Amino acid sequence: MKIAMPVGKKDIATNVGTSFGRSPYFLVYDTETKESEFIENNAAMSSGGAGVKAAQTVIDSDAAVLLTPQCGENAANTLKSANIEIYKTTSKSIMESIDAYIAGELQTLDEIHDGFHDHGGH
Amino acid sequence: MKIAVLSGKGGTGKTLVSVNLAAAAKNSTYIDCDVEEPNGHLFFKPTDVVEEDVTVKIPEVDNELCNGCKKCVEFCRFNALAYTRDKLIVFDDICHSCGGCMMVCPVDALTEIDKSIGKVQMGKSEGVHVYTGILNPGQPSGIPIIQRLLEEGKSAEEDVILIDSPPGSACTVMETIKDTDYCILVAEPTVFGVHNLNMVYELVKLFNKPFGVVLNKSLEGENPAEQFCIERNINILGKIPFDNHLGTLNSNAEIAVRKSEKYKELFTTLLDTVKKEVHHETTINP
Repeated sequence: MKIAMPVGKKDIATNVGTSFGRSPYFLVYDTETKESEFIENNAAMSSGGAGVKAAQTVIDSDAAVLLTPQCGENAANTLKSANIEIYKTTSKSIMESIDAYIAGELQTLDEIHDGFHDHGGH
Repeated sequence: MKIAVLSGKGGTGKTLVSVNLAAAAKNSTYIDCDVEEPNGHLFFKPTDVVEEDVTVKIPEVDNELCNGCKKCVEFCRFNALAYTRDKLIVFDDICHSCGGCMMVCPVDALTEIDKSIGKVQMGKSEGVHVYTGILNPGQPSGIPIIQRLLEEGKSAEEDVILIDSPPGSACTVMETIKDTDYCILVAEPTVFGVHNLNMVYELVKLFNKPFGVVLNKSLEGENPAEQFCIERNINILGKIPFDNHLGTLNSNAEIAVRKSEKYKELFTTLLDTVKKEVHHETTINP
C-alpha cells in the first residue's frame, strides 16, 4: 500500500509539510517495498485551485492514504471521491508519522478548512 | 459621456463622488460596477426596480461518456476539474467559464449548463437611472455581471453616465473602464492614499484614458496626494473637504447634493469641470 505525505524537500529526513495543496513535493511511501518516491506538486505555484490539482497528483500516484496536518475542502472532496483516506499527522517526522499510521495511532482528519482561496485577488 | 470613478482601495470616496455627480446632473445614469459590495443603491433608494438573473456557462459531465483521458483536467488552468479513478468531478466555484474543457473533450462527455452567479437591478431615483450589479458570495469573478451592467447601460438615453468602479486595479476595474470616455481618480490625503492613487494612475495611463483627480477628505496644510499630482502634472478636478456635516449626511445614506446647497454647488461645479475635460478630450482625441 502506498502512503502520500506533503513534504518541503526531496529528503526523507525532512519534516512533514505544513499544508497540502501548496506543498512543493509529495512523498509516496510504499509499505511493502519500504521505498520512497518524491513527486513534484505542480499545483504549488497555481494561482487558484491548487487543492484540486494537488489531489489529482496524489490520486495519480496510486496512494491509498494521505497523511497531512491539514487539508482544504476541495482537496478533501477530490481525495474522498477517489476513496483516499486522510489522516492527521501529529509528529513533524516523516518516519514517525508513517510508523504511527501503520500502528493505527493516527486519527482521520475531520477538521477540513474552507481553503485559502483568492488571497491574491484576480 | 461615460465617466468612471476609481480608487486604489475601498472607502476613498468613489461612491460619494459618483452618486453625487449623478445626482448633480439631475438626468443621468448611475451604474454600480462594484459588484462585490454595491452600495450606491443605499443612497439612491431606487423605485420601480426590475431585477434580472445573471448566469454563466459551466460544464456538466456525463460520466457514462467520459473515457478518463484527463485532457480537460490537464487543460483547465484554474484546476476546476479532477478525474478520480472512475469519474470526472467539476468544481463549479473554481470554474471561470472559459469553455475550454468542452473543446478538448474527444468524446463530448461535457456539455454547458447555466449557473446563476448574481443579478442586476435597474430602478429610478428622481431623474437618475440606477443600475446595480450584485455578485453572489463565493463566485470566482464579477466580470460577467459588470459586462451585463455596461451592456444594459448602453440603452441609457441620458448624456451623463457615471460608473462606480470596484476598488483597486484588477481585472474587474479594467473591464469597467475599458469603454469609458474619462476616469476620475479619488484620492485620500495620506502617504497610504498616494500609494493607492498611484495604482489607479498607472492603470489609466496603461489604458490611455484621459483622467483627473478628486482630492477627498482634504484638510488645511500638507496633502501628499496633491503633491503627487503637482509633481506629475496631473489635473486636479476638485477638492472635497474633510467635513463632519458631509460625513454625517453620507453615514445616514443621504445624497449630499439633494440635502445641502453647499454640496450641490460643489458637485455641480465638479461635474461642469469634468464635462469640459471630456469635451476637450473628444475634441483633441476624437
